[in-house]
Amino acid sequence: MTLAVCSCQKLFVPALEQLEQAYIAAMDDDAFHSEFNALLKDYAGRPTPLTLCRNLTEGTKTKIYLKREDLLHGGAHKTNQVLGQALLTKRMGKTRVIAETGAGQHGVATALACALLGLEARIYMGAKDIDRQQPNVFRMKLMGAEVIPVTSGSGTLKDAVNEAMRDWASTYEESHYLLGTAAGPHPFPTIVRDFQKMIGEESKQQILAAEGKLPDMVLACVGGGSNAIGMFNDFIKEEAVKLVGVEPGGKGLDSGLHGAALAVIDKGIDSTGILHGAYTHIMQNPDGQIEESYSISAGLDYPAVGPQHAHLKAIGRADYVAINDDEALDAFQVLAKKEGIIPAVESSHALAYALKLAKESPEKEQVLLVNLSGRGDKDLAHVHAVLSEQNKQNTESK
Amino acid sequence: MSRYDQMFQRLKTENAGAFIPFVTIGDPSLDRSYAIIRQLILSGADALELGLPFSDPIADGPTIQQANIRALESDVTTQDCLDVIARIRQEFPDTPIGLLLYSNLIMAKGLPTFYQDCANSGVDSVLVADVPVRESQPFRNAAKQAGIEPVFIVPPHVTDETLRAVASYSRGYTYLLSRAGVTGAETKANMPPEVMINKLLEYRAAPPVLGFGISSPTQVEQAISAGASGAISGSAIVNIIEQNLHDQNSLLEKLGKFVTEMKAATVRN
Ligand SMILES: Cc1ncc(COP(=O)(O)O)c(C=O)c1O
Repeated sequence: MTLAVCSCQKLFVPALEQLEQAYIAAMDDDAFHSEFNALLKDYAGRPTPLTLCRNLTEGTKTKIYLKREDLLHGGAHKTNQVLGQALLTKRMGKTRVIAETGAGQHGVATALACALLGLEARIYMGAKDIDRQQPNVFRMKLMGAEVIPVTSGSGTLKDAVNEAMRDWASTYEESHYLLGTAAGPHPFPTIVRDFQKMIGEESKQQILAAEGKLPDMVLACVGGGSNAIGMFNDFIKEEAVKLVGVEPGGKGLDSGLHGAALAVIDKGIDSTGILHGAYTHIMQNPDGQIEESYSISAGLDYPAVGPQHAHLKAIGRADYVAINDDEALDAFQVLAKKEGIIPAVESSHALAYALKLAKESPEKEQVLLVNLSGRGDKDLAHVHAVLSEQNKQNTESK
Repeated sequence: MSRYDQMFQRLKTENAGAFIPFVTIGDPSLDRSYAIIRQLILSGADALELGLPFSDPIADGPTIQQANIRALESDVTTQDCLDVIARIRQEFPDTPIGLLLYSNLIMAKGLPTFYQDCANSGVDSVLVADVPVRESQPFRNAAKQAGIEPVFIVPPHVTDETLRAVASYSRGYTYLLSRAGVTGAETKANMPPEVMINKLLEYRAAPPVLGFGISSPTQVEQAISAGASGAISGSAIVNIIEQNLHDQNSLLEKLGKFVTEMKAATVRN
């Protein structure tokens, strides 16, 4: 078995085979592409802009460009691939969509696509995530989706995936499981990458137009890996461009409280295993029991990573690093203050690493392209609470 | 001849099918689980299907999920579970013992080591709940090396190609699903199994055993008269454990009574 080859769940193998066939047929069908592209353009607002930060890197010779997926309808890159999969759902003659969600962004994207295309949406969400992402829960409900709290396990994304898969095992004749990231069994990682790859394709054209050359480095946060693979895909063949995936370091890799399945490999931890039908890297104990991940950001709180990233890591084409909660929170605030953009806490991880590089080598001339995968409105209440708590502790200790 | 072959041969002379109860090892603790498994055999189980607890049992409904959680909460390790099997094997040299588990538990130990450990503790067969037959080759090879019989599930709405593959690779017995979905006694078995059973016989598959959603003697009777060589009951058994957690004696008594009734229903008349 080679890394990045997927293994599937036998209870819904027929559904996966059907999906693969529908996908292959759709890829060969011009009508599918024109409908998908029309939705992306006229409904979701593609292409999204590329913004050069004006103030963020003052005092350094680094230029940071942001790919503005935060401006996409729905507030994150998730809308791209959801529209694609929703169209596939219709092609397969299915009427009901099941999805899992962590930050609620994938749930929101699923809810809006289902509202638009007349599909029934049933969204599984960890009970803990429901608490930290209230506005998105309300958004999903407004758009007619049913949100089902999942209390089993850690009550986060992995448990929501478990529940969604259990639902699918008995309902796949009328339901499509609209998986939200580039993970899970084949063909999901492929489908999700192909429906997200316009992020990197547009960025490449835009940065060539702005700079007349390719960037030195492309950065994206990695939860399951969809925004990152969408951003990386068109740059993989450009060997001079460094690719960096930024994982959630939580309270630090040594604390055990993180969600960095790839970054820990450099610490000598062998994390290969099988979760949710993918052979990839996973946070687990010596017996193979899956460990609960931790991150301030619900969208990155997943103990595994998609198989394509496992592969890019294995062949040395991409590097994977970790940014912890506090660094991400700093980047969140700095971008708001300096550029007037409030990023998603997930995307703040990628930005934080770019800022770190700029600060480390102020004299280095470098062009960094950061995927700003989503906007931070959903995080306001949670970040506000965390910052207030920190302020309180700081005042008390003074 | 393997223990499964011997069992099916004996059952033929008794004109009966096999009754195979399922429990998760370590539920609710190692010691109690050992006593529970013993009780299953003493009350008439022909073979055992034992689950290794896993943190993310996606093929299981709420009942067996809870069993997994109870076992893991008492800090049960894979080796602890194999040790329980070794104890059972000592006392019951002839009862076929199947292991049902999720693939990451195997990956964590490495395939050859895992299957060899199973063989050493007296396991007969291993069914990996999340590996379909088309991706099963490394698992089959490791099983063969160690002398373990790989068991495969016939999924619902199966294609003829997959059915043939299951028929040729499954050893010991063939696990036939009585309905789509995850495990659980809440949703009853609902698929007429005759067609599939006849096809499996035609493809010379190992004896077909029906499982998922079987919770009453009537369902066992139906499975056997439809031509199945046996019936597996999991969630109904685990329900009895869950409802009697406070009192091990009454748990064992109720479990024994249930198994005896289910076994009685396997006799063809
Ligand atoms: C804004 C944003 N970025 C990133 C992610 C992480 O997902 P992925 O790694 O699939 O891009 C999420 C997930 O919810 C998200 O909402």
